[in-house]
Amino acid sequence: MDSDDEYMSGLSSEGEDNILQDESDEEGSDGDDFGFEDDEEPEPDLGYSQKDSVKKEKKSFDINFKVYHPADIQTQQDELINEVNMILDIRKEDAAILLRHFRWNKERLIEDYMDRPNKVLESAGLGPSTSGLQLESIMGFTCDICYEDDGTQTFAMKCGHRYCVDCYKQYLGQKIIEEGEAARIQCPNDGCKRIMDSKSLDLLVTADLQQRYHEILTRTFVEDKDHLKWCPAPDCQNAIECGIKKKDLDKVVPTVACDCKHRFCFGCGIPDHQPAPCDLVKKWLKKCADDSETANWISANTKECPKCGSTIEKNGGCNHMTCRKCKNEFCWMCMGIWSEHGTSWYNCNRFEEKSGSEARDAQAKSRISLERYLHYYNRYANHELSAKLDKDLYQKTEKKMIQLQTASGMSWIEVQYLNTASQALQTCRQTLKWTYAFAFYLARNNLTIMFEDNQKDLEMAVEALSEMFEKPVTELADAKLKVDIMDKTSYCNKRRVILLADTADNLANGVWSWGISF
Amino acid sequence: MAAKRITREYAEISESPPSGINVSLDNDNVHKWNVVMAGPEGSPYAGGTFHLSLTLPPEYPFKAPVLSFKTRIYHPNVTNDEKGSMCIGILKSESWKPSSKILAVLLAVQDLLREPVPDDALEAQIADKFKNDRPGFERDAKDAVKRWAK
Repeated sequence: MDSDDEYMSGLSSEGEDNILQDESDEEGSDGDDFGFEDDEEPEPDLGYSQKDSVKKEKKSFDINFKVYHPADIQTQQDELINEVNMILDIRKEDAAILLRHFRWNKERLIEDYMDRPNKVLESAGLGPSTSGLQLESIMGFTCDICYEDDGTQTFAMKCGHRYCVDCYKQYLGQKIIEEGEAARIQCPNDGCKRIMDSKSLDLLVTADLQQRYHEILTRTFVEDKDHLKWCPAPDCQNAIECGIKKKDLDKVVPTVACDCKHRFCFGCGIPDHQPAPCDLVKKWLKKCADDSETANWISANTKECPKCGSTIEKNGGCNHMTCRKCKNEFCWMCMGIWSEHGTSWYNCNRFEEKSGSEARDAQAKSRISLERYLHYYNRYANHELSAKLDKDLYQKTEKKMIQLQTASGMSWIEVQYLNTASQALQTCRQTLKWTYAFAFYLARNNLTIMFEDNQKDLEMAVEALSEMFEKPVTELADAKLKVDIMDKTSYCNKRRVILLADTADNLANGVWSWGISF
Repeated sequence: MAAKRITREYAEISESPPSGINVSLDNDNVHKWNVVMAGPEGSPYAGGTFHLSLTLPPEYPFKAPVLSFKTRIYHPNVTNDEKGSMCIGILKSESWKPSSKILAVLLAVQDLLREPVPDDALEAQIADKFKNDRPGFERDAKDAVKRWAK
C-alpha cells in the first residue's frame, strides 16, 4: 500500500473532486485523486493487492503482445517506408505502394526487387514511366472520360494516361468514399494497372478526402499484417500485435488486453474466453445459438413417445395421448400403454406397471444428453449474465467507495480494495463462464475431476466474495470485513491463476481427452 | 458532365452498331438502354434473339453500368430466371474504369455467349454440364433458345 501511495502522489486530477469536498474534512487532498480509477493495472485480474510478486510474474497462460496507438501505427508505416526508400533509392510514395503490394513484408520486397526490379514494379502497379509534367493545361485536349474539350486542367500519373482533373476528382471520390478503396486505386484508364500514389492523390482531392484516404490506408496496414489486429472495442482505435500462429490455437488461448482495458482473444477476436480454446468456443456458441432456447422449451414442455421416441408437446387437457407418428396410445402421466389403463386413467393406478416404468427409463436416457447440456449451459449463462452486469457492479462500487469514504473517514486509497474486489469478481466470472463450456466437451476422467475441483474452488470463492461485496456500507466499514474482502480477493485471483495455468498446461501438452468432439 | 459522354457513346453505337447488336433508348431515357443481341453464329445461341437491359447509374462512368438479360437464357454465367443477372469481368467494380466503354461491354457479352466461363459461373449445374457434357449442354441451350428466344 505504501508504494501505491507514492505512485499516486505525483498525480492530480481536477473536476471530480467536488463530489467529496463537503463530506470529508481531513481527506480533501485524496479527493483530488479520485478521478484515477483509470490508472490501475492494464491487467484487471490482479489489481494492486498486497502480493506484488504474484502480480508481476508472467503466468504460463499469458502471451506476449504489444498495444499500438494510432500514432504508433503511423510511425511503423513511416519507418518501413523510409527504410525501403533509402535501401532501394525509390520515391517514398512508390516505396509505400511496393510495401503494400508485398503486404508489408520488407525482406521479401527487397529480395525480389534486387532480383527483378522491373517485374516487381510492374506487378505492384508501378509499370513503365513516362516523364513530364503531371498537372498541365493543354489546349484542345479532349478528356476520354467526359468527352469535354474546354481546356481545363489535366492530370496524368507516370503512366501518361491523361484525363481532366474534374474526372480524376470524381473517380477518386467514388473509389474512396463509395468503395472504401485506397491502396489499390488504379489509373482510370481501361486496363492500366498503375496504382494511384499518395502524392498524386494529395494534389488532386480535398483535405477531407485525403484524410479519409490515409485512414483507409492505415486500416489496410493493420489488416495486411498477420500479427496485427484492431481492438474490437467500440470507438477504440488501437491495434494489438501478437505473434501467435493460427496452427497453435488448439494449444494456446491468446488473451490480450488493450490499453482501453478491453480483454479479448487475439485468435478469434471475441472477449476473453480462457481457458477454452477458440474452436471449442466457436462450436459452443453455435450450439447455444442453435439449441438453447429450443432445448429449454423442449425440456419444459414435452415428453417423448415411449414407443418411437418422437418429441410430443401436450397442448390439450387430456392425458390420453396418441402419437402422430407411430399411432402409439399412451398415458401422459405415467407414460404407460393406454390400453392397460382401462377407464381409470386419471388415478393413474398403473404407476408400477412394467410398460410404464420401461418407457420412463427410456425417456430418462434420451433426456440425459439434453440435461447434461442444460446443466453446463445454465451455469455458463448465469456467469455470462453476471458478466453483463459488470458495468452496473462497477458503478455501484464507485458509489460505495464514496459512501465509505464519508462514513468511515477512510481515504481514497484505503477504499481501493473494493475496486480491486469488483475487478476480481468480473474477471473470475468471465473465466468461470468459459470453464462450463470447456467442461461440456470434456470426457470423464481424473484430469476432468481435478479440473472440476479447481472450478468448484474458484466458484465458491467468487460467490463468497460476491456476498461480502454486497454488504451494506455500514458493515463494509468494519476493519475485519475489509481484511476478509482483501484476503478473499487475493484468494479468488490465485484460484483463477491456478485453474488457468493448469488448464493451459494440459492444453499445451495435448493431454485433455474430449467426450464430445469440437 | 456525364450527359455528353453518354450521348456520344449512344450516338456512336447506334450509328455504326457492331454486327448482331442493336441499341435503343428506353422512353428517351439516356440512362436506360434496350439492347437487342443476336445469338452469335457458331454458338448454340445462334438464331436466337436476346433482349437485354442496360442501366447506367447516376455516377456513370465512374460506376459500372448494370446489365441483365430480359430474355431468359440457358448459360453458365447468367442466372436462369426472370432476373437474368449476369457475371462479367469488365463490369466488376475492381475492373471497371471510367474510360471503359459500353461498346466494350456489349462485345464482351457477345464473347461470353460464344465462350462461357464455367469457373465464374452463376448457375453451377449448367457450368457442370458445359464442362463435362458439352453435347448435352449445347442441346439444352438450343432447346432453351427455341423455347424462350425465338
